[in-house]
Amino acid sequence: MPGLAIEREILIEAPVKVVWRTITEPDQISQWFADKVELVVEPGAHGYMEFGDQGGPVVVETVDPPTRFSFRWNHPRGEEPVPGNSMLIEFTLTPEDDERTRLRVTESGHELRAWPDAEKQRYADEHREGWGEFLDRLATLLAKR
Amino acid sequence: MTTQADDELWSAIGDPSRRQVLDLLVSHGEVSASWLAERVPFSRQAVSKHLVVLERAGLISRRKQGREVLYQVETGRLDQATTTMTELAAQWDRRLATIKRLAETAHAEDKRRPS
Repeated sequence: MPGLAIEREILIEAPVKVVWRTITEPDQISQWFADKVELVVEPGAHGYMEFGDQGGPVVVETVDPPTRFSFRWNHPRGEEPVPGNSMLIEFTLTPEDDERTRLRVTESGHELRAWPDAEKQRYADEHREGWGEFLDRLATLLAKR
Repeated sequence: MTTQADDELWSAIGDPSRRQVLDLLVSHGEVSASWLAERVPFSRQAVSKHLVVLERAGLISRRKQGREVLYQVETGRLDQATTTMTELAAQWDRRLATIKRLAETAHAEDKRRPS
């Protein structure tokens, strides 16, 4: 993925369907993400999440049980989260075996929020190195100075 | 959670062409726009535009030397950008660790009472 994506992963000692429940059920989401979660897990569904004293809209994008789940949010702004003004959180679940699941999360979209549409399009058309590689190289270069 | 200044920073640094410009500035110190234009696959005009955006985001600064304008990286601001990204990543590591704990606990409970 080009650009500013944060990508992290973890290995969980539980079957994929258990991990799926943990990341998609509102009463579970409220334990690892927002303080309060109102969400129907259906593509296109609009929900709401609250963090401390601030709340914001959430839109579900992909629901592909038990391997893919994604939603957009742009907390704390009042606008509807759409591509370009919001952050996209994507979860990918990969069963390693019956008892273990690899869970990967990607958060992207930070840089697009302030861009004009033409620039977003050009950006989408380009496939160059990702942010991570850039960051690594910068760190190396900065260390040499 | 995200401020106007953050948005400008992400916008500036998120673009691959601007990262190329930034890269050259980081590795070569103080250079001019024409020097940069000779080393990137886009026009001198595009270089100038990218420099404006980078400067507005506080990532680079300029200095006049004779008839030339020289650009250089503002290391502090760049460090700030990398720190913020690292913090966002750490925040996800914490969330993933919580998900792991929740899922593993739920799995252990499922095993205790088989359906």
